Amino acid sequence: MAQPLLRISDASKRFGGVQALDRASLVVHEGEVVGLLGENGAGKSTLVKTLAGLHQLDAGVIELDGRSFRQGNPRLAREQGVAIIYQEPSLFPDLTLAENVFVGRQPKSGGRVDWSQMRARTASLFADLGIDLDPGRLARGLSIADQQMVEIVKALSLDARLIIMDEPSAALTNAEVERLLGVARRLRDQGRGVIYISHRLEEVFQVCDSVTVMRDGATVASAPIAEVDTAQIVRWMVGREITEMFPKVPAQIGEVILSVEGLSSTGEFHDISFEVRRGEIVALAGLVGSGRSEVVRAIFGIDPITSGTITMAGTRLSRHTPSRAMAAGISLVPEDRRLQGLLMPASIAHNTALTVLRRLRRAGLVRIGAERRLAEEWATTLRLRYASIDDPVERLSGGNQQKVVLSKWLATSPRLLIVDEPTRGIDVGTKAEVHRLLSEQAAAGMAVLMVSSDLPEVLGMADRILVMREGRLVDEISRADATQERVMTAAAGAAA
Amino acid sequence: MSRGAFRLSWDKSILLLLILLVLFGGMNNEYFATGDNVNFILGDISEIMLIAFPMALLIIVKEIDLSVASSLTLASALCGVTWQATGSIWVAVLAGIMTGVACGLLNGLLVTRLGLSSLAVTIGTLALYRGLCYVALGDTPIADFPTEFTDLGYTPIAGTFLPWVVVPMVVAGIVFWYVLHGTRFGRWLFAIGQGDEAAEFSGIPVLRVKLWLFILTGLMCGIAGIGYTVRFASSSPDGALGFELLVIAAVLFGGVAIAGGVGTIWGVIAAVLIWGFSQSYLQLIGWDANALVIVSGVLLLLSVTIPRLLGALRESVAQRTFRPKGTEGAPPPPGEGVAEHSPAGAGHDQGSHRG
Repeated sequence: MAQPLLRISDASKRFGGVQALDRASLVVHEGEVVGLLGENGAGKSTLVKTLAGLHQLDAGVIELDGRSFRQGNPRLAREQGVAIIYQEPSLFPDLTLAENVFVGRQPKSGGRVDWSQMRARTASLFADLGIDLDPGRLARGLSIADQQMVEIVKALSLDARLIIMDEPSAALTNAEVERLLGVARRLRDQGRGVIYISHRLEEVFQVCDSVTVMRDGATVASAPIAEVDTAQIVRWMVGREITEMFPKVPAQIGEVILSVEGLSSTGEFHDISFEVRRGEIVALAGLVGSGRSEVVRAIFGIDPITSGTITMAGTRLSRHTPSRAMAAGISLVPEDRRLQGLLMPASIAHNTALTVLRRLRRAGLVRIGAERRLAEEWATTLRLRYASIDDPVERLSGGNQQKVVLSKWLATSPRLLIVDEPTRGIDVGTKAEVHRLLSEQAAAGMAVLMVSSDLPEVLGMADRILVMREGRLVDEISRADATQERVMTAAAGAAA
Repeated sequence: MSRGAFRLSWDKSILLLLILLVLFGGMNNEYFATGDNVNFILGDISEIMLIAFPMALLIIVKEIDLSVASSLTLASALCGVTWQATGSIWVAVLAGIMTGVACGLLNGLLVTRLGLSSLAVTIGTLALYRGLCYVALGDTPIADFPTEFTDLGYTPIAGTFLPWVVVPMVVAGIVFWYVLHGTRFGRWLFAIGQGDEAAEFSGIPVLRVKLWLFILTGLMCGIAGIGYTVRFASSSPDGALGFELLVIAAVLFGGVAIAGGVGTIWGVIAAVLIWGFSQSYLQLIGWDANALVIVSGVLLLLSVTIPRLLGALRESVAQRTFRPKGTEGAPPPPGEGVAEHSPAGAGHDQGSHRG
């Protein structure tokens, strides 16, 4: 091929004691989608932030279009043709889509903003990508997927040559992911370069022309997609063989722990009934927005219910609140780790102990020593990677943060552990550890209820799969009968 | 370099400032460090101190109460009215304290049950409670309290130069310190301030905790209202005007973050003492009483600007030389954190919009 669009070689960057980039390299050609892969902490984000103009390398060369890339300034990065699409875009909710696309550089005529031109140019950019959105509507209420589309259009309006998608699919439904991949291909066909970052390898195989894998700040391998397979990529990423992605431990399934009957919440879900038994892992599958998270939040007492009953080990729960749910032996590892799972500025020790402070008291005072010991024990059990137990959790990588959330809830010794998207956005190695942990807990007699959009995870882990669609339970599938097709058909309805 | 660690050093530096201030004042003015003057200062700051404690807790959970001065005055008014009606000073004191509790309860119910902003609610009740003072007292203050009651305002505790109002101050200081820094309830307060949604998902009854804090604030206003009545030997409808701003200024100067989640009781104590001692010193060297208001204003401005300036300085140094231990998940320096979730190019303008 001709001269590459982007060439990074020998990039190094150090943050205090951590070598975030260690002579990393990356090449992207025009008209190519490159999958950039690696575990959390491998150096992908540092590389992306450097291209976004947020970091300056300690050493190394970045060339864009054969010219040296000027680093350390976001505005300059944009002018040089780099655009980043983030997992959670940040549009101005009270501006129209057209205004969002042209924010700060609205087309003018005679000193005044030319609204019709702005709208027309946005509409034509939307049409180019096959996006069905009205440029005149406000950004408020737009789905994350649509917001990402607006960001992509904005990048195109700036004539970006290199478009970096940083885990864009993490919060999207399957149909939305399909559309996103279609747009990525279209950008490639227009001769632009695309860097696609994702933990979901299926997507990488669908859309990428080549992959570059990073580990510990260095580039481990780059190869055309046709020459690699999943096993090879995972080996590169973790540096070892992961024998089993879903280490299912056989468990003795015992008596009913949780029983839910006729649970309804107006506008959210309707007439939900099911049971979870001791030693059993039950998956709650379905599309995003089908009401899964709402059901488990109601079981944990966060959201109110309009009718129905929740029974834990034979005792009916009334006037339900999270603290009552906890007293009854229910734990919930929530969907949003940063907002619901953890106090980001607080220490690992404080986060871990928050659910069990009652137990750590003497004469009304929380015993600091006991608190730290508890956190350290769980950190060891879950193989947490940390420097000090007093470090704020916001310094940990996503996978390690999730381990702290799991610690905090396992510390309550729950009889029912509910996990909502337990492995979203965490790397393959940690994912396997979380799966092993869930399996072991079930084998030790815990009941596990797992909400997940990750089908291989659902099929690999669950003893039983409940499928929700539009707020109702539509199917129940045993482990033996479960296939991806059957789950998807139930989740998407007759249309699929 | 967490915010907590930085704030801790802020607390220490204002404690140092307090010591320097006392030494400086004592060396430059012979009357400054006398028992009489300290007696006067401690009396003067007592209401601010009593209310600053619960205010610190409220601000830590990201709420605020602007009605504290009006609640205090209403408590004083009801104390006076009850004294006149019953002739029993004990009943009057109880009525005053219960009035404070009722004021706090109403604030708390409006905020937690109706989901209103505490800023808006307490601006409303600031006016409402003040209005009720005029309803209760008319234009004439009540001043015929028994002398054994009002003497408590300045007579020292036997054998010392300390005024009697020191007793509730010290007791409250110990109790609030214990609660905030030692107990599970204290942990809950920091947790709510650091992430109210995560706190709720951890089983903390967030709304109930906030309701109790408003009631507690009302209780302390009631107690401070009694102290105020004692010290001024009267109940008047226009007492303690603008007092809420002094309390909030002291709390913020004491290192409680206006964004919530951070603060210490001893920082608040040091800040209130600094305010009291600096006022006294400036009065002694002949400053006009009106000019003293400037001191409170300057303290408030310093308390919000200095940490920010120091923080910005520290970040710019940190960015050039080193970053704390951590991996890619390490918190980016401010500015970067803003840009992190916005398009690289528009990071600046969009970030400020969201921020």
